[in-house]
Amino acid sequence: MEKRFKVIEKDDVVIRFSGDSGDGMQLTGTLFSTTSALFGNDISTFPDYPSEIRAPQGTVGGVSGFQVHIGHKQVNTPGDYADVLVAMNPAAVRANARYLAKGSTIIYDSDSFTEKQILRAGYNSDPFIEDKLDGMHLIAAPITTLVKEALKDSELDPKSILRTKNMFALGMVYWLFDSKLNYTEDFIEEKFGKKPLIAEANSKVLRAGYYYAETIQAIAPSYRVSPAKIEKGTYRNINGNQATSWGLLAAAEKAGLKLFIGSYPITPATGILEELALRKDLGAKSLQAEDEIAGICSAIGASFAGSLAVTSTSGPGFALKSEALNLAVMTELPLVVINVQRGGPSTGLPTKTEQADLWQALYGRNGESPVVVMAAGTPSDCFHYAFRAAKIALEYMTPVVLLTDSYLANGSEPWKIPSMSDMPSIKVPWAEKTETEYLPYDRDPVKHSRKWAVPGMEGLEHRIGGLEKTIRGSVSYTPENHEYMVKMREEKVEAVVAEVPDLKVAGDKSGDLLVIGWGSSHGHIVTAVTELQEEGYKVSAVNFNYIRPLPKNTAQVFRGFKKLVVCELNLGQFANYLRIKHQKFTYHQYNKVQGLPFTVREIKDYCIKLLEEK
Amino acid sequence: MAETTTHENHYVAKDFKSDQEVRWCPGCGDHGILSSLQKALAELDIPKEKYVFVSGIGCSSRLPYYMNTYGFHGIHGRAAPIATGIKIANPDLMVWMMTGDGDALAIGGNHFIHTIRRNIDIKIILFNNEIYGLTKGQYSPTSKKGLVTKTSPYGTIEESFKIGELTIGASGRFFARTVDYNLQLSNEVYKEAALFSGTAMVEVIQNCVIFNDGAHDLITNKETRDDNTLVLRHGEPMIFGKNRDKGITLENLKLKVIKFGENGYTEKDALVHDAHEPNPGIHYRLAGMHLPEYPVSLGVIRSIKDHTYDEAMRDQHVRVQEASKIKSVDELLNSGATWKK
Repeated sequence: MEKRFKVIEKDDVVIRFSGDSGDGMQLTGTLFSTTSALFGNDISTFPDYPSEIRAPQGTVGGVSGFQVHIGHKQVNTPGDYADVLVAMNPAAVRANARYLAKGSTIIYDSDSFTEKQILRAGYNSDPFIEDKLDGMHLIAAPITTLVKEALKDSELDPKSILRTKNMFALGMVYWLFDSKLNYTEDFIEEKFGKKPLIAEANSKVLRAGYYYAETIQAIAPSYRVSPAKIEKGTYRNINGNQATSWGLLAAAEKAGLKLFIGSYPITPATGILEELALRKDLGAKSLQAEDEIAGICSAIGASFAGSLAVTSTSGPGFALKSEALNLAVMTELPLVVINVQRGGPSTGLPTKTEQADLWQALYGRNGESPVVVMAAGTPSDCFHYAFRAAKIALEYMTPVVLLTDSYLANGSEPWKIPSMSDMPSIKVPWAEKTETEYLPYDRDPVKHSRKWAVPGMEGLEHRIGGLEKTIRGSVSYTPENHEYMVKMREEKVEAVVAEVPDLKVAGDKSGDLLVIGWGSSHGHIVTAVTELQEEGYKVSAVNFNYIRPLPKNTAQVFRGFKKLVVCELNLGQFANYLRIKHQKFTYHQYNKVQGLPFTVREIKDYCIKLLEEK
Repeated sequence: MAETTTHENHYVAKDFKSDQEVRWCPGCGDHGILSSLQKALAELDIPKEKYVFVSGIGCSSRLPYYMNTYGFHGIHGRAAPIATGIKIANPDLMVWMMTGDGDALAIGGNHFIHTIRRNIDIKIILFNNEIYGLTKGQYSPTSKKGLVTKTSPYGTIEESFKIGELTIGASGRFFARTVDYNLQLSNEVYKEAALFSGTAMVEVIQNCVIFNDGAHDLITNKETRDDNTLVLRHGEPMIFGKNRDKGITLENLKLKVIKFGENGYTEKDALVHDAHEPNPGIHYRLAGMHLPEYPVSLGVIRSIKDHTYDEAMRDQHVRVQEASKIKSVDELLNSGATWKK
């Protein structure tokens, strides 16, 4: 048994891997996260990377980071501040200096701290002194030299040898956390199985890093985070895009339909198209369309022909799809549109997170154009909300917009795997041939949904399209008919409220302050509010996953609190929506538009300020 | 839709007529296209409920309303991706796309080339009247250079698209051309398109009686049309003219119009049309022939068998399903790295 001089038992630790965008930091972070999850920790991850594939080396703009928060109890966010930073170069120190916890550990590749690299990162002198980090536990490891030494007998070319540096750093972190190497070794074996030289080099360097950390153990504390106590069941790690894709597959299976996705690659939504393109084994059909418009139009065609049809995109692509989305509104066909939001406007911040497409989803189309709008709250619950979005789209014959974002799409967490037998059923409103004529826009008296007749069904031939129609499906410009149809489409979307569960309040049902969030700010708000409650404040939180329609008990919940504050990553879109929908209340706003999620600290500080104000 | 026929498919043209009033202008070429299409479909032995007519926006795109089949009137330029989604979702369907020169080649130009490139099994009927009709007379991508319209009061300064060359340039496997008034030729061409497996692109030279009347006069009026058009049929020599005394031959790598009995040319010098030749060179030239040097080619110019997108997708699904261990969503959710608590 190795001996450890100083082991710190902690409830939770935040680790951030940081380097050039070609340094393999995303992989390193993912491997560490999965290893921790397999050990039984709860985890929450946050990849943070530039949009350039290989941004200029050594610059702050080119830094790619992966943060993971591991816990002995439940963790709801990737953490505000890192306890351990792995910095592959000076730029990584510069980019992360302000996100470090007090007394944190910095492992860095001292070989890359050359004068040239230091200047390139924007420092004039010693980075650690300049950024006042000299009080941290600094572990200088000459990683480049040690990797070359470890692989001196390898036949690999020098470039490939240097590419294993991330494994050395990972090995060191594994020692620091007393983790097992077997999952990572299996991964290397599988990934590079056909390239034994590369597989062997990565494994060797991983172990070299681990033993090096052991050798120098006196310098820094090592951490031990015991497994979390969580509900019994089978777990896996899942990120938001994967969970979204799987939720759609689950809905298709439950509804007895084929899944169709028509999409065009766009960051950060591409993972959904990629995941579903893999799932031909489950009968999913995917089309990489020639553009965003073709993506949604092919989905509308597939819906007309009887598939569970989906298109996925991000803000700029969602803008391009808006005319076609209205075609689905008019033809009243089931369609799920997923907008994985990113920083906007225009191309904006392609890899960064934001919640600023809410109004676009609610209002961004010509005419009276109601659609159901939903938002997932955590990476794993994207599964649940994608399933619900599909269920509502099919049962109500309506397009549904599901908002996720970059933070959910790329972030991951452990997820208790559900059983398909526990998922709710989906009842598709099929049309049947009867004695009477099929009327395309005849409606269910409660849901207001129309019946679905698809090509191939004998005797139900009909024509629909973007022009206003009568119940029979004939083109009509009659004033009264148009107004009637506009109102019916509106009422149908409002009727979806029957599917919307009541808001659940985290904390007491009354108090001094209610912190309101929607979608992905859930984790940060709940953590902040829980800490405030522990500190004695009368604060509760709610998170909205259904935006249109809003839950029935919204006003009732709001009435219980003296003050309401809406926290969102935009300039107040949801707050203003609430001002329209529930006008009696006064809404405070806490907004952030930096391409980053909230920190728990920010929310707490704002809440305390608000509570102290008269 | 009460008036269904018994399922031995003894259809007559009337079976394909919907109860909607046809609202095109009197004298519009679209009437002829509609009736020859209805007649062609009645002659094919395909159940009516398998047809889906998809369109974009424009005069041509109103056609689905007049067909007593499944129909989808889409948005401007997007008929092709809508049709693509329908065909992928259910490959058993017979998907037809009705479009015009503005819908297919201006706003829908991107979809047009990609649909043809994929070779998905869709029949495209492009009504080419070289003008925007529904917006009341602006020039289109196929308007002849110099055409005076409301948005080109001093004549257009743009080169026009040549639909045949564009189709073949986008790897088109099937290209045919017909004329609205020629019901017999249209009937033949529509049936060949219907039976072709893959993207079948049919250009219909169509007259807009209001905004571009007579644009195709040289190839439609009785006096000149036989001398100005060449009807191509697979396996037949390329002979044309009122007196059938002219032909097309190849000289110095160029097509050439020859007159039999002059300069020693005889009927034997006329090329024999091979619509199934995979090399697109000769088809590209035939499709691109234009007045006054050449007659305009009509009929099926190119028709080559190839794998379709929908067949390739089906094959890939079968292959993946045979090889994969994952047969249900439950199995998917439990695949890979999992752990028990």
